[in-house]
Order: sequence, then structure tokens, then C-alpha cells
Amino acid sequence: MVLGIFLTFVLFIVGLSFYLGRQTKTSSGYYAAGGQIHWFVNGIAFAGDYLSAASFLGICGMIATTGYDGFLYSIGFLAGWVVALFVIAEPLRRMGRYTFADAVDAPFQSRGIQLMAAISTLVVSLCYLVPQMVGAGVLVEPLLGLAHHWGVLMVGSIVIVIVATAGMASTTYVQFLKGGLLILFSAALVWAVCARGLSTHPGDNGEKPFYNHRVVSAEPGNPPRPADAGLAVVEEHRSKTGRFALVEETGQNSARRTWWRVDEKDNTLNLVEGECQVNGKEGQSLINGMPASADNKLRSVGNISRLMGQKEATTGPLSPVGILAALGHPETTVRTWKEVRFDSQAGDKVTAYFPVETPGSRLLRPGMKFKLEGTALERLDFASLMLALFLGTAALPHILIRYYTVPSPASARKSTLVAIGSIGLFYVLTLFMGLGAMTNGVLNPADSNMAAPLLAKSFGLFLFAVISAIAFATVLGTVSGLIVAASGAVAHDLADRFMNLQLPEKAKITLGKISALGIGAVGIALGILFKGMNVSFLVGLAFAVAASANLPAIVMILFWKRATAWGVIASIAMGMVSSLALILLSPDLYKLYGLDPLKAPVALANPGIISIPLGFITLVVVSLLTKPVERHQHN
Amino acid sequence: MLHEPQVNPGKDPAAAYKSRVGVRLFCVYATFYLLFVAINLVQPALMEIVVVAGLNLAVLYGMLLIVSALVLALWYDRACRREEARHQNQTTGDH
Repeated sequence: MVLGIFLTFVLFIVGLSFYLGRQTKTSSGYYAAGGQIHWFVNGIAFAGDYLSAASFLGICGMIATTGYDGFLYSIGFLAGWVVALFVIAEPLRRMGRYTFADAVDAPFQSRGIQLMAAISTLVVSLCYLVPQMVGAGVLVEPLLGLAHHWGVLMVGSIVIVIVATAGMASTTYVQFLKGGLLILFSAALVWAVCARGLSTHPGDNGEKPFYNHRVVSAEPGNPPRPADAGLAVVEEHRSKTGRFALVEETGQNSARRTWWRVDEKDNTLNLVEGECQVNGKEGQSLINGMPASADNKLRSVGNISRLMGQKEATTGPLSPVGILAALGHPETTVRTWKEVRFDSQAGDKVTAYFPVETPGSRLLRPGMKFKLEGTALERLDFASLMLALFLGTAALPHILIRYYTVPSPASARKSTLVAIGSIGLFYVLTLFMGLGAMTNGVLNPADSNMAAPLLAKSFGLFLFAVISAIAFATVLGTVSGLIVAASGAVAHDLADRFMNLQLPEKAKITLGKISALGIGAVGIALGILFKGMNVSFLVGLAFAVAASANLPAIVMILFWKRATAWGVIASIAMGMVSSLALILLSPDLYKLYGLDPLKAPVALANPGIISIPLGFITLVVVSLLTKPVERHQHN
Repeated sequence: MLHEPQVNPGKDPAAAYKSRVGVRLFCVYATFYLLFVAINLVQPALMEIVVVAGLNLAVLYGMLLIVSALVLALWYDRACRREEARHQNQTTGDH
């Protein structure tokens, strides 16, 4: 059934694209849907474009693992629309034609701006494309039983077909459909979470099996001696991240070795059971001490260990406020999960996942992911992310091009209004979906991105199939929009305007489609490379690049008459290069390269707080140093 | 044809007013947002304080940031529509 619903949905979307594609005859139709989309449809399509894999998979996953810190992305992503509506929407619609480059170049008619803006559009679109592709791989793995790279390849191929057949018209209607369904079914999922309520017995109040990880007391020693006679510590690992013990458990016929956390508090020693994956030097993979197989996978985790002071409690149906109040109660404790990697004495690569008892009051305030009570640098990182999220939305090329699909500036404003309403509603829902996944024993400790679909699965296969199909469509739609934006940068900004190739109408569309193919292929490769990273985190980085490269140019052109073409060119280049360099040298990327993150030359994970001001300063300084020319008027 | 806007919006006499209102509302929201970030940076423990119905400051402030974005957006749209209508009436009156 799951596969049937999923495939029907995907085939419907591809069919719709073919149908609309037959009506696309001009490049205006290909890049901007002829500028004839109704503002309400465009507004929901905005939501469809914006509510990408990062919003649905990434934010829900991050809330499920780090509580309120994931919700900060929801707040920041929505706040960005305020900048888009109040500052950018109408003036940009008046200035531009099809693309971001058209808009920033409109007052100057400079080939340098055309080139830089096109490169920036390509770079930002690719940065945003990576998390979508990662999300696609994550979804397809459990749904179709395919490996991550096949999932990425599948999405990439379908999207290339969609974009190559129809362009912006198809993308808009797919996004309208997907945006509407996403909000509708997310609301249904939240309703189901509230109707189920909270319980210390996850899995539909104990009706479905859930493995409760053990905590065993131990006597101090080297190694510690567990109180349970069936357990023995055979190896201990100590590092900055804590103490871990390899525990041998003697069963009836065999012995199993798994990694436990050694928890020392108030002169008592406990061994806390977790989940572990060990990759041996000869390539063998063990899950919880046994060979990895379809039947032996990491167990689902995430549960309430104490609910409002009680060890055994079930609330029954709760209102949304009731859910938040009960979870945030100072005497509620939730088992959240952390990941640690180290090498064993035998040289095996160990990935251990272990539970942490987190009070509800800590869970529903910032601080689990972002160390707000940590060092100045850690707090700066938080400020940097919030700045990039606030300023990034209004600078995303695939969002900017949607202002040109409506007939007038007033329609651009009204579609943004619809977008804020629908996106805002969805982001409120993310908090409940994330917390629902955190407490219902459905989380995969190795990958937070599947939190929302797995939560849906706990309510039945139908909801799981529909939510997964919508999530897949989410990826398809967003990737389509990104590829249209990026192919527009190549075919319209670079070939047509910068190189002035004077291609006939049909050739322009063909070039756009060929570009879509190339960009899609690059996106597929990067999606495979970035496997395992949280998609919201990756999108946060794309926001930082967009806000650094594009926003200073847009804002200063609109509000500073002294801005010159050279100032704009330098600002886009500086914002783009500095943000990319800071990201490539950051601890998270060092981890991806397989290097020690502590040795990364840049300690900040989010570059916005440095690269965004750099973009603005560069524009002002270079503009003041260069001669102003008369601008073309665009009211 | 390719380089023509889909619909030529013409000169918008309400543009200056809309831009002014937009920037002011942006400043209001940005202040509200900055205050949220500042509290988290300076006094993160304040976010734990239960304000009403068992909800703490973090949850309430976060929800308010989302809702206020919509409220301000509606306000902005209303102001823009009124100004556009005023200019349209003036133009009709002139004829």
C-alpha cells in the first residue's frame, strides 16, 4: 500500500508536468510562467517552494533531537519573510523581469553585474540543492529499500524530467499542490499527536513494542564491575565526550558485546545502555554486537521517562497548549539521544548513541544545540545563524523569481501575504511534530531527518505513505524551483544577456533545459557526498551564502542612491567568496572531510555574522571609491 | 519580447508611501526579533520562566514572533491597498 500511494503521487506529478509542458512555448513561459499566475496560487506555491526538505524533514528532526533549538529555525525562516514583504517584494517586481540578475542589473545595465549575479544565483541554488538531495536519499531509503545514492539519483532524474518538460508553470502548480497538501496533512498529524496525548509508555501508550534501554549500577574499578552478574566490562574508552564501556553480555548460547555509557554522578556509578554501530577494519558492520542485516538495525528511540513528576503516566488527549505545558513541566524528563564516535582498542570505528535524561524545562528553551551559556564564540555562532535566517529568505534566487510569475507588484505583495500565513501555520505545526517524534519512540538515532515520516508511521501505514509521498513531492518541487532558477542564470543571464548570443526563442528554452540537466547532475553528486548531515543545518548555510552575496546588493540598490555598478559587483563577489570560504573551513565541514573538527581554522559553524556585514561594507567602500553613473529609472 | 516585463506596472504613485510604511514595519519587527536573540544571548535562563498556562517565555515569544509576522503583514497590505485606492480615486477624479 505504501509503495502504491507513493508511486501514484509521483506519477501524478510527472504527468501534470508533461501536460503543462505542452503549453510552454516561450522563454517567458519557461522562466516566469508567462507572468500570469494568480496571486493566491502563487502564494501557496511560495509556501511549496519554501517548505522544503529542510522545513519538513530537517526542522522536525532537529526539534526531535534538540528540542526548542530546532524551532529556532522555524522562527528564523518565517521572520525572513518579513524582510521579503516589507522591503523587497514590490520594488523588486518593478525592477526585474525573470531573474535576480535582471533585478540588480536593471538600474545599471552592467555586464559585470549580469555575470556576478548569475554566478551567485548558481552558487546559492547549488548550496540549497544539496540538502534537498540529501533529504531525498533519506526518504527513499526506508520507503523503497534503496540505498541513499539511488534515492538521490532517482529524485534528480525525475526533477530533471519535470523541469526539462515544463519549466516554471509546471513547477508553480506542483508547488501549489504540494504546499497545500503538506500543510493539510501536517495539521492532521499534529491532531493525531494531540489526540494520543503523552505517555511514559511510547508506541501508542504501550500497545506497540518499545525497547526500554537499561541502566545498571556498577562498582567503581578499572574496569567498573556491573551489579548484574550477566554483564562484564571488557574494555573502557575515555575521551572529552565521556566514558564508554564495552560490555559483554552472556546469553544462553552466545556472548554479545555492546558499548554503554559510564555515568558517574554523586559518588554513584551507572552503566547506561545505548545503541551502537561498529565498523571493523575488514569491512564487517555490527549493530548492537550482531552482524547488521535487514532484521538487525538500530532500535527506535525517544521516550518520556518521567511525566510531570510521575514515572508511570498517560495523559490521554491533550490540547496543543496542554502538550507544551506537560512537556515543559519542570518535573518532566525526556530521554534525548546523542552520538559519539571513537576508535576501539582493536582499531574498529565505533559510533555510539546514548540517552541523556533531559528536563522538560531545558527541552523547551534554547540551549541544547546552541551553547548559549557557553563561550563567547558559541553564542556568536547562535547570533550568526539567527542573522542569516532573518536576512537569507529575501535573497534566495528561487524565491525571488517567483515575484515575476504574477502579473503586477500588488500581486507580488498579496502572494507574499498568503505565503506568510501558510508558512507561519506550518512552522507552528513543526514544533508539535518534532516533539511528537521525540516522545513516541519512533526516532532513528542515526538519522534525525526521518522524524516526521516515522512519527506518521506510528499512526498507521496510510498516514506514513501519504506523508512520505508529500515529503518526496516537497523535495521534487523545491529542487524543480531551484533548477529553474539556476538554469535561468545560465541560459538567460549568462548566455542571453551577458554573452549577448541573440538566440531564437526556441533555442533559449533548449539551452535552459540543457542547463537544467547539468545543474541537476551536479546536485545529484553533491547530494550523495553530503549524506548524513542534517538538512536544516545545510539549508542554514545556504541562507548565509544568499544573505551575504545577494542581500547587500538588493537592499543598497533600493535604498542608497550612491551605490555604483562596481560596488554591487564587488559586494556580490565578497559576500559569496567569504561565506563559502568560512563554511568550507568550518568544524562541521572538517568532520565531513574526515578531519578533526577541533583543528578547523574557522571556529564558527555559521558564517553570516562575518560575511553579511562584509558584503555591505564592500558595497559602500567600493561605491564611494568609484564614479557614480546615472541610473535607469524603475519607479 | 524576451526582455519585456510580463505586465508593465507603469509608474506607481503609491510606491514611496508603501516603501516608507514597509521600512517602518520592518524596523518594528526587527526590534522584536533582536530582543528575542538578545535575551537568549544575555539571559538564556529567562526563557525558562513560565508565563501563562504552563507555557514558558521561549515558547510564547517564538509563537508571538510567528503570529506577529502575519499581523504586521496584514496591516501592511491594508495600508498599501488604501493608499493605492486613494491614488486611483484621485486619478479618476482628475478625469
